[in-house]
Amino acid sequence: MGELLTQPLSWGSFLTFALMAIVLLLVILFMVTYAIYAERKILGYMQSRIGPNRTGKFGLLQTPADVLKLLIKEDTIPQKADRPLFKIAPIISFVPSFVVLATIPYSENMYFANLDIGVLYYVALSGLSTIGIVLGGWASNNKYSLIGGMRSAAQLVSYAIPLVISAVGVVLMSGTMNLMAIVERQSGWFWNWNFIPQILAFVVFVISAIAELNRTPFDLPEAESELVAGYHVEYSGFRFAIYMLTEYVYMIAMSALITTLFFGGWHAPAPFLEFIPGFIWFLLKFCGVFFFIIWLRGTMPRIRIDQLMSLGWRVLLPLSLANIFVTAIVMEIIKAING
Amino acid sequence: MALRTEELLLNVGPQHPSTHGVFRIVVKIDGEIIKEATPVMGYLHRGTEKLAENLNYTQIIPYTDRMDYVSAMTNNYVLVSAVEKLMQLEVPERAEFLRVIVMELQRIASHLLWWGTYLLDIGAMSPFLFAFRDREMIIEMFNELCGARLTYFYMRVGGVKWDAPDGWIQKVRDFVPYMRERMKVYDDLVSGNEIFLARIKGVGRYDAQTAIDYGLSGANLRCTGVKRDLRKDHPYSVYDRFEFDVPTRTEGDCYARYLIRLEEIKESLRILEQAVEMFPEGPVMAKVPRVIRPPEGEVYSRVESPRGEIGCYVVSKGKDSPYRLKFRRPSFVNLQILPKLLVGESITNLITILGATDIVVGEVDA
Amino acid sequence: MKAEPSKSDAGTSDAAAAEGEKPKRLDPAEREARRAAALAAKAAAQSEGAAPAGDGEKPKRLDPAEREARRAAALAAKAAAKAAAEGGGDGGEGAEPPPKEPSPKQPLLDKITALIRDQVASDAVEDQYINEADSHLPVVVVKNEHWLKTAKLLKQSLQLDYLINLSGVDYETYMEVVYHIESFQTGEEYCVKVRTDRESPSIPSVTSVWSTANWPEREVYDLLGIQFPGHPDLRRILMPDDWVGHPLRKDYEPLDPEV
Repeated sequence: MGELLTQPLSWGSFLTFALMAIVLLLVILFMVTYAIYAERKILGYMQSRIGPNRTGKFGLLQTPADVLKLLIKEDTIPQKADRPLFKIAPIISFVPSFVVLATIPYSENMYFANLDIGVLYYVALSGLSTIGIVLGGWASNNKYSLIGGMRSAAQLVSYAIPLVISAVGVVLMSGTMNLMAIVERQSGWFWNWNFIPQILAFVVFVISAIAELNRTPFDLPEAESELVAGYHVEYSGFRFAIYMLTEYVYMIAMSALITTLFFGGWHAPAPFLEFIPGFIWFLLKFCGVFFFIIWLRGTMPRIRIDQLMSLGWRVLLPLSLANIFVTAIVMEIIKAING
Repeated sequence: MALRTEELLLNVGPQHPSTHGVFRIVVKIDGEIIKEATPVMGYLHRGTEKLAENLNYTQIIPYTDRMDYVSAMTNNYVLVSAVEKLMQLEVPERAEFLRVIVMELQRIASHLLWWGTYLLDIGAMSPFLFAFRDREMIIEMFNELCGARLTYFYMRVGGVKWDAPDGWIQKVRDFVPYMRERMKVYDDLVSGNEIFLARIKGVGRYDAQTAIDYGLSGANLRCTGVKRDLRKDHPYSVYDRFEFDVPTRTEGDCYARYLIRLEEIKESLRILEQAVEMFPEGPVMAKVPRVIRPPEGEVYSRVESPRGEIGCYVVSKGKDSPYRLKFRRPSFVNLQILPKLLVGESITNLITILGATDIVVGEVDA
Repeated sequence: MKAEPSKSDAGTSDAAAAEGEKPKRLDPAEREARRAAALAAKAAAQSEGAAPAGDGEKPKRLDPAEREARRAAALAAKAAAKAAAEGGGDGGEGAEPPPKEPSPKQPLLDKITALIRDQVASDAVEDQYINEADSHLPVVVVKNEHWLKTAKLLKQSLQLDYLINLSGVDYETYMEVVYHIESFQTGEEYCVKVRTDRESPSIPSVTSVWSTANWPEREVYDLLGIQFPGHPDLRRILMPDDWVGHPLRKDYEPLDPEV
């Protein structure tokens, strides 16, 4: 892939890129389908019940059935809603979620773009989705969605900051924002993985990531029991499917990012296990993080909006700033000791 | 150019996942802070009191089931005890014990449902399923006893309709230690959770004077320090033979009410234990005429339901149907304090406070 | 177990007006008065052709003559009852007259009556008796115009700070609101009744005394039509806002006669 990127653009390479992008889209859609299934099953077992098990063997065809249902639904738009904005909001939300997947290295050879500003690219693009959510809340002409949209904007902006600043700690240690290089610096045994030296950044990053994903315990924008689904209450059918798709693709992207930044990407926990392909290790770690996010949903209650703001600005931000200082100081000390 | 802000008029309900029924609150909000809240009810008004004037007393009992459908046994009891008081009837012991056992089981079931739905409102979705699984055991027991899962029509004037089938008392006896274990699990899962505590502590606080003035009852009154439980202060049925405590707290906020209701489940388990030990033999129905005709008079009978004090005021003119039947519904009275408590709170806290008041809209409207 | 069908049948028609809630601890003189009144009312009722059973549930239109007869009977019975109550003793059930011993709650009844007569007005108490069936609850009937002052007095002097229940009842010749109040400090319980007529029923609101009366009074207004001057927000609570009529009244014609 890397060689293709460095060559001058020709029709052949353009077609190759387009094809690979479509393949990635299909893979992601497939993964989202089974991510939804996994979530329903895991939540079910945590709540002492079985998840779906009727459609298809073990319920595996449940999500395709649900998606089919959503696709054939009537496309309702509220009469007083702002039609162009209403239609475009889900798309604005979804496109960045898919685009950020380009920069994550899935293994040594499997990557799409080896950007030198990988981390920045990711965070910047994921901020764009906020516009889609606020637009959806506004265009629905519904007070509940407006409140949901406002809450969401506040939340996403507030938690993007600790997200970036805790990632800066990792960047400091690795000396680069290039995600491929960050992974390469974590080779060796599992104690080289960034989550141990950067434990504070890891904790802050994970909390901010869950807030960015609008997942429990930070799922106020779509708080079911208060705002009756918040910003997407007026959406039905395929547009609603796109919002759901956005949420799950972001979960996948964020889990992949956490794996890359903190868990050593495609490296094995020990050098003698390197014969197993890197992609398998990536997948395993990614699944672990994903499971953790679902686990959190089944366990925790929801936090209140003012408590959420206070947590973001008064706890996470100072902690991530402190992390930068400590990292910098320790790095200087180590440099001084080593001569 | 000055920034122009407006107050938003928001309708919470009547269709809303958290209003526990068909119930509407019209709130005026400024950002997220409530400036004024007005409850609107009557969506579930079925005219029980007017209908009762045309039905005879036994026919009214199913209507009471449907008022507070979550704790139907206590509703049954309040009506039959009022009529029994008027007629000065002596109810056989076995019937009284059966009544106490089903009322306490009903209290546990009601509090479990409240616990599950309250946590669902707050955002945790798993405890709801655990609570319902345990409640299912109680409902199955009731199904075996009287054939219904939610609206039992179990009590009659003079006793109860069905005797306990074989093995039923043993089931109740086995349920008590099982439930005690489950309470420990619930405490572990929820009661120490920081997010939960941050959501509930200090929210919706009021003092004892306000509570008495507004006529609150049940856990809403006991959370302010007023130790008052009708089972102890005005004992009815055979409650004076059991030993149990009345959990009381002094903080007066939602957390206090939460803890009190969990404690009440434990106290109900204690009563159940004692009741199955002392369970006597005998008939389950007193000798009553076919048509119940209480003599002229009026009576007000009060019972401690899981929601508070439920009362039944019967005016009888010696006929087989009442001249006037009025139910003092605890949810109706407890809800009055809501507009006062909500001023200055955020919408999220509206849900928290409404949940902690534990209302059932079937009872608010009757 | 008691079943007194004959007594109840006789008692209903004449006593429907005022005595519906009275327990049967009547002394012989009182029984005479009642029996006479019953015969009078029964004659009046039969002349009109209405059923003597006098079902309270059916929305009946009483013509003025019948209403007069009932009211006369009611007043006669009431006067006799008052005389009996003042005496403090209860009459026996049967024909034998050993008077029942005074109820244990009689001192409470005397206390509250004396307090009201003293502090509010000497004629504020229309009636007072003990309701035996309801664990000897002391019942006081207070005059309409003195009710607000009485309520304030009760809350202040007797610490009756908990209003348990507020119900409205429609007796066909008049309407009544029944208050059950209790004190947490002393543990005493009383029942107070206030009467009003049917043409323009109105009872002073006690929301300023007990805040818990707010919604129950709205409910009584909604279902029975009794106005409560002094109420902060008197409007319908259970019925839709544009409903016409007051459903719980005995003469209410339902929208759908099949119901």
